[in-house]
Amino acid sequence: MEKEYADILHRCFRCGWCKLPTNYQDFNCPAYLKYRFESFSSGGRMWLIRAWLNGEIETSERLSEILFSCTTCKNCVEACALPKIKDYLVDIFIAARGDMVEQGIIPPPVRDYLKAINVSGNPYKMPQADRGNWADGLNIPYYNSHEYLFYVGDVGSYDEIGMKMARSVATLLKDAGVSFGILAGDETSDGNDVKALGEAGLFTYLAEQNINKFKELGVKKIITLDPHGFNSMKNEYPKLDGNFEVYHYTQVLSSLIKDAPPLREVHAKVTYHDPCYLGRWNNEYWASRIVLGSVPGLELIEMDRNMQNALCCGGGGGNFFTDILGPGEDSSSRVRVKEAAATGAEILAVACPLCYKMFDDAIKAEGLEEKIHVKDISEIVNEARKK
Amino acid sequence: MDNTFGRLAEIVGREYVSNAKEELFIYSRDQGVQDPHAPDYVVLPNTAEEVKEIILLANEKKIPVVPMGGGLVLSGLTIPLKGGIVLDMKRMNRILEVNETSRYAVVEAGTSQGMLKAYLEKNYPKLKHSLPDAPPVATIAGNIAIHGSGHLSQSEGGFHSEMVTGLEVVLPTGEILLLGSCSTVPYWFSRAPLPDLVGLFLGWNGTTGVITKVGLKLFPKPALHDVLMFMTEDVDTVPDVMYRVTATSMAEDVTFMITPKPAMLEGFQETIISIVANSEEEMELKKKIIRKSLSSYLETKEAGFLPIPPNMKAPILETPQKDLSRFADVSKGGGFEYVGGIMPVEKLPEACRAGMSIAQENNIPYSLGGRVIGRLHSVMFFFAYPFNRADEADMDRARQALEDTNEAVLKMGGIPWKAEASGQRLILKQMDPATYEFMQRIKKTLDPSGIMNPGNWEVN
Repeated sequence: MEKEYADILHRCFRCGWCKLPTNYQDFNCPAYLKYRFESFSSGGRMWLIRAWLNGEIETSERLSEILFSCTTCKNCVEACALPKIKDYLVDIFIAARGDMVEQGIIPPPVRDYLKAINVSGNPYKMPQADRGNWADGLNIPYYNSHEYLFYVGDVGSYDEIGMKMARSVATLLKDAGVSFGILAGDETSDGNDVKALGEAGLFTYLAEQNINKFKELGVKKIITLDPHGFNSMKNEYPKLDGNFEVYHYTQVLSSLIKDAPPLREVHAKVTYHDPCYLGRWNNEYWASRIVLGSVPGLELIEMDRNMQNALCCGGGGGNFFTDILGPGEDSSSRVRVKEAAATGAEILAVACPLCYKMFDDAIKAEGLEEKIHVKDISEIVNEARKK
Repeated sequence: MDNTFGRLAEIVGREYVSNAKEELFIYSRDQGVQDPHAPDYVVLPNTAEEVKEIILLANEKKIPVVPMGGGLVLSGLTIPLKGGIVLDMKRMNRILEVNETSRYAVVEAGTSQGMLKAYLEKNYPKLKHSLPDAPPVATIAGNIAIHGSGHLSQSEGGFHSEMVTGLEVVLPTGEILLLGSCSTVPYWFSRAPLPDLVGLFLGWNGTTGVITKVGLKLFPKPALHDVLMFMTEDVDTVPDVMYRVTATSMAEDVTFMITPKPAMLEGFQETIISIVANSEEEMELKKKIIRKSLSSYLETKEAGFLPIPPNMKAPILETPQKDLSRFADVSKGGGFEYVGGIMPVEKLPEACRAGMSIAQENNIPYSLGGRVIGRLHSVMFFFAYPFNRADEADMDRARQALEDTNEAVLKMGGIPWKAEASGQRLILKQMDPATYEFMQRIKKTLDPSGIMNPGNWEVN
């Protein structure tokens, strides 16, 4: 672990502010919410990492479960009382995971995820050539000097829900006359969650693959489907000399919507879930709300935990693929959909394919299908156009 | 899997019991300077029935049981001095009832201060409870069990333990009891007029049973909140300042602070007077009355009100205050030790001098201050010493300062609050032997197997 991190571990007071949102409503750390042992709080993690580096405790399966159950949602960063350490908390957890990866001591689902990326280039172990299948029938061109590259990532390429979302966003962009192309089979995994799981070497390899391809094609501007890809391309790729203008699709929609033809009324109560990698990681809280606000008749009802206080869907930090947090009543996705349903909203709006999938499953697990269902921001806009 | 582990897993579910070394490490210590002692098991119950089953098992196996709320006392009260089971209560965090008219709430023992505050703000915006100066994850039950105090302790009746209207407890022998009006009628409004058994579980550091539910007084929440800061260079005047301010009945909270930082405040004592009101007129009137009560100081220019810039005022008005946790980073080291001396207000100047002297002798930074409890019936005077957790010598200095402070508090006529085991022994040494003998009889009656948090309130 980097010395700058190791040198501040002892400064965590373990005062527990990190467990709650800033309005104190309920536990807002997904791992702590699920496990409830102090060891699974961010403070507990800080103390255990220090003990581990000092040799007071040994490497173990339990320790790796504690480290890899963090969803890197940054609630702790938001809520921590200590300004001198708060910004480093998640970086420290990722660095500790990196040490475990280097030692080869990682939970089997993490190993399998990283192995799948290494071998197949994606966590689904699907053929690389299938990456562009989501766009079948949409007549979207391969990127060729377009203004934007539309990058959909692993979930948008292979997951049924992700593909549906990618099609919806692409349809909107196309109909709005946006000049964009895709890479289909030439896309490489963005690597955001690989990095979050501590595999810095593999992340660098993946990022450089993308950066080289983007440069080769002359890409200047990128629209991402996924906030995770948005984060890595916006904040990490520049460190590898990959400098592009990166937008999440909701940011593009929020600009386009101003000049778009009037939308028709959608009489629905909607609550919006802020994805961690758009909100707390990149301070983008308004783009989705601007889009939703432009749909006439739509009533946006905020959950009590919104914006910087949003409860993570549980899929961040690689957990979407590794499922270390697992199911159960206290899984954050199930807690979150109950919170969403309690607002009286019939639609839980999302802007991330991982959140979409996590909540779709959680609604079924909670038996809430009759009360609420998940829709992506672009699907809501598309519906307003169809009527 | 050992038999005890298996039995515990049957009671609470496999995922909520652990004897992994990671949990044993974390639960063997708190944020203060007390030596670690590892538990054998950490268990997270979800119901009073589960607590009962755990207690019965502990009796059968003669295993110690240490109840834990937020685990934030800093003085080792939830460190299992003799091993056994740490009972982390935070899964039991349901808010069961709010009686808006009779102004009380019934909560499970693991409910945090922050969660109750958020719940009231959303559902009962005209009600509030008294918040301690602890992080928001501190629990209601943990705080009342240690005789905590908070921002309504001056105006609304004293220690938080005095705001308890009833309890549900699991006795060390496994019985589940209701105490207070809830034992007789379906309402948790009061401990009176029945024999008051609630005190058997307050201040006992978890040695007499496990609190599983708390009935707690709520109070009206006026719309406006403001603060005045009265500065003096002469600490001997502070008791009189507090006396005059509390006599007006205009203040909600009255606290006192002396700290060498920031440098511009060195040498000054600040009395912080928190005021609430339902209108601007009421607020101005209250401020006027308070100012008038201190007019003689203003006329002689012995002291005065400090204009508070907005950036300084906002954190003071915050409840709970994040700044207090930040004190742990003064020595860039993640910790501070804290002695709360409960004492008569006239001892406050002596306490200040003792605190500064102890800090100087031990070469350690300090922050000193206090809160008025009731209408000046006592003060909770805190001596806080930050330390660097990565520096053993610094931790030793904090430990020594803690011990010196306990002795000084007792000597001057106060009693250390939530004292660690060695501090408890100092108190017992000075206690009337008949009182201690009576405590032991009660303890023996309630806990014949001696399983509850052993090492606390023991002479040896």
